This record gives sequence, structure tokens and C-alpha cells, in this order.
Amino acid sequence: MREKDVRVLPIRNGTVIDHITAGQALNVLKILGITDKSNSVVSVAMNVPSSVIGTKDIVKVEDRELIEDEVNRISLISPKATINIIRGYEVVMKHRVELPARVDGVVKCVNPNCISNTSEPVVSKFLVSGKPVMLRCAYCDYVISENIAAHLI
Amino acid sequence: MPGLRHIISMKELSREDIERILEKARELERFARKERSNMLEGSVLATLFYEPSTRTRLSFETAMKRLGGEVIDMVSKEVSSAAKGESLADTIRVVDKYADVIVLRHPKEGSARMAAEFSSVPIINAGDGAGHHPTQTRLDLYTIMRVSCLEGLNIALAGDLKYGRTVHSLAYALSLFGANITLVSPKQLRIPEFIKSDLRARGIGIRETESLESVMNEVDVLYVTRIQRERFPDHEEYMKVAGVYRITGKLLDGVRDNLIIMHPLPRIDEIAPDVDRTKHAKYFEQAFYGVPVRMALLSMLLEAE
Ligand SMILES: [Zn+2]
Repeated sequence: MREKDVRVLPIRNGTVIDHITAGQALNVLKILGITDKSNSVVSVAMNVPSSVIGTKDIVKVEDRELIEDEVNRISLISPKATINIIRGYEVVMKHRVELPARVDGVVKCVNPNCISNTSEPVVSKFLVSGKPVMLRCAYCDYVISENIAAHLI
Repeated sequence: MPGLRHIISMKELSREDIERILEKARELERFARKERSNMLEGSVLATLFYEPSTRTRLSFETAMKRLGGEVIDMVSKEVSSAAKGESLADTIRVVDKYADVIVLRHPKEGSARMAAEFSSVPIINAGDGAGHHPTQTRLDLYTIMRVSCLEGLNIALAGDLKYGRTVHSLAYALSLFGANITLVSPKQLRIPEFIKSDLRARGIGIRETESLESVMNEVDVLYVTRIQRERFPDHEEYMKVAGVYRITGKLLDGVRDNLIIMHPLPRIDEIAPDVDRTKHAKYFEQAFYGVPVRMALLSMLLEAE
């Protein structure tokens, strides 16, 4: 039996996010909006040895098939992550996350004088380019290129 | 002009876009002098200034009125009380029902872009925080076009190159015309590294120096900016650099015959009054050229409707 099968049990239906950059699993949950108030059954494995990327994190969300928009945001903090959609214990779809062209309401602009950090009725908006991942505020042009996880909303 | 719906930043424009605006300004310049026009009769411009900038506001008002249009404005007191209670987004959605075009100046960066998202009429950015002030750059370019030559220019930018966004915006625009740029500033106020590498990537010549005297005789344009006191932690630091680039009549010995001196105004003491009388002084003309350039923008935005 392979090691990872022991650590995280297979799920019947839902989404498995694999090859998450080690240490980023909790931020992945944050990006997906999964909090202590969510009802989903979620399992998290961190610092799992991986033949592909050294060590990795894994997140399994049961009974929820994540849509592309949601999962692509994960690429901001974990560009090598893969998404597996599971139905009846079978992987029915497997793909890599892709950098979205734009992310809205996910990252807070670091410029304290930016209009997106006021009570105006707008959400933050960033244009995304890679690699390495670079976010440019669509309002004030400020660039975030390091430690993106620290600026998650 | 296709796609010219708002005037937000300079970076969004190609060289062709800029040239069309400058040509239009040249065509309309006569209406900024003696001739009268009713080209924009029946159109209303609203000026929304959340921080005072009397010159910029007057320049837009003049441009609109000389083309036969009307101007309404929210005086700064009303604006500031609105600022406390009402969002900018709401104000824009009220004023866009009254006016055909809105000129906005607001202390928050990115406010003009946000306003454009909410507005049903064109927005012209007249300064957003430390952000863009694109109409200043256009009138700077127009001045150079009128009294010098935009192509292959040798220009020195002197003063506060670190915080002065006007200068950054001008440098980007000049790079489209293949300028050779000399950056003159004290060490503390050098242009940010990322801007320098952006400019170099555009294939233009850049050099940096602290000494104005050493470049005075080699340039066609000397662009002088204010060094602002509020940029310095204390008075002593400010005084160290404040007076270093004072242009005087004496300093003009041996300069190129065609040298022009520009300044966005108001000046403090960067340029001595005895320079005003020389043929090199173009800063008051530069202020005047703000009117035809703003005429061009208003007419292009309103005709596009
Ligand atoms: Zn921003």
C-alpha cells in the first residue's frame, strides 16, 4: 500500500486538490472560502512526501465539485496543484490549476491609499501574470509579487 | 478615436493615440486665443475636485467655455462634506445624470478607474492621489512639440524624481518618441529602479547624475520640478537638497541656443525670476498650452459619444 493512501482515505464524491505547495493547505481552504462555518467534510494532509515535488499538502473536500474559477485561484499560492474530481471513488476529471487572468475579491491591495481599501462599493481586482506570479492592482497599479498568501482576504 | 472613452492614465496610450491628441490640440489652439467657437455648445462639464487644484480646474473650465460648453462644479466644501457621507461611486452616479463629461481629482489612488466603472459619461482623471495625472503629461508633450521637437529629444529631468509622478509619466511618454533622458537628482530623490529598468527596456538612452551644471549645455529641454517639503522627515534634510537645483540667468551661459526650460508650476524658488526674461523660459507658455490640450480631450470625448 502506498504511503499517501494510508494518510488520507479516498472519498466517494467530491474534489481532491493534490500537489499543493507544502504549508499552503490552510491558505487553499481560505481561498476556497472553507471556514469553520462550512458544513463540508474536509480532510487536510500536510508535508506529505511526494516523488514529484518533494513534500506537498493535500486537501479533500467531500460532496462538492469545485468549479474552475474557484480552483484556478489556488494557482496564486500553489502553481503546481492538481485538481481531481471524484465520483463514486473514481477520478472522473483531472487537471492542473491555471493562472487566471484576473482575480476579484481574493487578495487585498497592499497600497493603503488605494481606492479598493476604502468603503467604496468595490472589491479588490488584480490582473495576474506569471511566472513568477505577479499581481497588479487594476485600480492603483501596485504590484504584489512576494508572499501573496499573506494578502489573502 | 476608437476606444477613447475615458482619460485615466498615460500608459494606456500608444504613440499614435498621443499624436492624434496633439494634432487635435494644434487644430483647436486658435480657439484658446482670439477666435471663438461653439463646437461644444449644449454640452456640460462637471468638475469634481475632492482636493483643491485651482489651476487644473481653471484650465479645464477655460477649455470647455472657449468651445461654447457649460461648466458645473461641486465646490470643495460640498465635496468634502459629501466625502464624509456619500461614496464617490454614488456621487458619480448622480453627477453623470447632469453632465456629459466629468473631470475628477481625488486623493485616493485608482479612484478615477473606479469612477469610470460607475459612470455613464466619460471621466477625465485630473489627478488621483500619488497616481496618474495624465493631462499634465499631455500638455508637457504638446509644449515640447510646439516649441521644440518631440523626436529624438535630449532632455534633462531635474529635481524630485522619486516621488514626482508627473516626471515618471512624462519619461514613459517620451520613451515612445526615442528620447535621450538625463536624470538629475540628489541621491535621496533618484527615480525608482523599476521605472529606470522599464525605460531601458524600451530601448532609450538613460543616464543619471547629481550635477545639473554638467548637463546644462548638452540638452534641448530642461524640465524642472519642485522638491516638496512634506517628502522629508525633518526640515534639516529638506534644506540639504531644497536649493541645489536653482536655475539662474548666470547658469544659462553657454547653453544651447534652442534650450527650453519647463516647469509644471507653481514654482517656489527653483527658477530665479531673471530667467523669465530669457528666450529659454517656456513655463508660462506651457501653462497656456494646457487649454488647447484639454480642449482636444473634451472635444474628442464628446464627439465620440
Ligand atoms: Zn490598489
